[in-house]
Amino acid sequence: MTKYAPFFLLIPWFIGITVFRVYPMISSFYYSLFDFQPVLRTREFVGFDNYARLLFRFPHFWDSVRATLRYVLWGTPMVLIAAFFIAFVLNFKLKGINLFRTAYYVPSILGGNVAVAILWSQLFSGNGPVNQVLGIFGVEPISWIRDTTFAPFTLIFLSAWQFGSVMLIFLAALQNVSPSLYEAASIDGASKWRQLFKITLPIITPVLLFNTVNVLIRHFQEFNAPYLITNRGPLRATDFLNVLIYDYAFRRLEFGFALAMTWFLLAAIGLLTVILFFSSKYWVHYSD
Amino acid sequence: MNHRRYLTRTNINATIRYVILIAVGFILAYPLFWMIGSSFKHNIDIFGNMAILPPAGRWTFEHFPAAWQLTPRNNMLFYFLNTMRFLIPRVIGTVISCTVTAYAIARFSFPGKKIVFGIVLVTLLMPELAFRIPIFMLYRDIGLIDTFAALYIQDFFGVNSFFVFMIIQFMRTIPRELDEAAHIDGCDPLRTLISILVPILRPIIITVGLLTFMWGMNDFQGPLIFLRSPDNRVLAQALRGLLSEYEVTHFGQIFAGAFMGLIPTLAIFFACSRYFVEGVARSGGKE
Repeated sequence: MTKYAPFFLLIPWFIGITVFRVYPMISSFYYSLFDFQPVLRTREFVGFDNYARLLFRFPHFWDSVRATLRYVLWGTPMVLIAAFFIAFVLNFKLKGINLFRTAYYVPSILGGNVAVAILWSQLFSGNGPVNQVLGIFGVEPISWIRDTTFAPFTLIFLSAWQFGSVMLIFLAALQNVSPSLYEAASIDGASKWRQLFKITLPIITPVLLFNTVNVLIRHFQEFNAPYLITNRGPLRATDFLNVLIYDYAFRRLEFGFALAMTWFLLAAIGLLTVILFFSSKYWVHYSD
Repeated sequence: MNHRRYLTRTNINATIRYVILIAVGFILAYPLFWMIGSSFKHNIDIFGNMAILPPAGRWTFEHFPAAWQLTPRNNMLFYFLNTMRFLIPRVIGTVISCTVTAYAIARFSFPGKKIVFGIVLVTLLMPELAFRIPIFMLYRDIGLIDTFAALYIQDFFGVNSFFVFMIIQFMRTIPRELDEAAHIDGCDPLRTLISILVPILRPIIITVGLLTFMWGMNDFQGPLIFLRSPDNRVLAQALRGLLSEYEVTHFGQIFAGAFMGLIPTLAIFFACSRYFVEGVARSGGKE
């Protein structure tokens, strides 16, 4: 009885993986070889033409790639640095520390909500509070939503605001660092900064790798903020791939073309993840 | 002397940290405070200043009834209940199916176990995006578009590898002797899971349920894709209407609507936050 138990327990999972993961993977490649005519509700086999169109005959795609990469490459480090800094400050025996931990997590749970996207667009509007604060320092009002340079940053700030879950994972890792290491270093006369770079950072590198991969994947898939706050603009500056894919798949019903873009995006995510994992042997420190 | 100097340094250190924590906390919380405060302001008092509270004597509550009637057709409660029509099944399905799957993987040895765990790890890193279009096409063929079921069916099959993985990690901190003792006492595997492990797994089960709930409240793209008719709109979609319709003048109403829209998430988070911080730390952090 017990011998067969795991198989019985895994029946739903097996069905689920087949129907909702394996089948979609296969069919999404298959359908990417077709040109869908939404009006006639027909499709025509075109081989790899969707991919060729994407790479050579569709300049919007490269605008979108550029916009996505800008968002990913600025946003990921900002989230990681903010999360690490706060975890570092929170890793200390202080009264009421749990209150701060909980409070700092709030933006992370709300950040993806439509209500927050609405709030963000008002916060960064022409005479909203952000420009008011900058005004104190003599900065002229910035068009945070409608300027091609600043609009991506409006969205990056929203992402950085949601550092909470990344921070909690850093914090758990910091709390696992044995205090005796710091004591030994202090006795040897190592400064706090030296301890940070020579002890703390190396020990938490495995967690840093984990967080980097997660944050990177999250940024590649951003949808709500560009769709709701900047409406993909101005001039496509925030027309991220995931939004472009949504547009072609569910608005224009050009599934084949949208799937070709999806595969490109997945390949980009996969490639960066693989690079991170392979590079990890040079910078990730494993204790055992 | 030395001892006293040490104490003073600790105090200064603690003070600096408190100052940083409070300053950062204030910056983080400011957008939310500003939103809440602005929902009580007259429209002309909202912009052009940074104040959180309305000017003295100029409070107004008129925005709340206006925002409550989110669309000409329906009010906020209607859209919230629509959200619950997919979210309650999703939470139940996710919690049960992910726990059962994690249990099978973490507590039994069987041929092919490595492959099963490998699939969980691979799908853990795979973005939802990879499956969305084919699943949409599948649902369209079997007539699930514009039904709430389209938003929760797959959650009953333990395919959310992130949660399965979290529960596996947590289960590994529970001694296996407990299962063996239950087995000797004549408990079958399912009984062991329900009466021995589930009580211990409570923090992680609550965490999984909570995350599913909060992410579901935030889910905008899913309903946008799968739900079509106006009466099937969920809260996230209806809230969006605040912005496009009233962008020009009704600012107070926008803030009041956004504020009310966040209340369910905030309420459930604060009600369960005790379990939550523990759950994330015990499973995510051991990576």
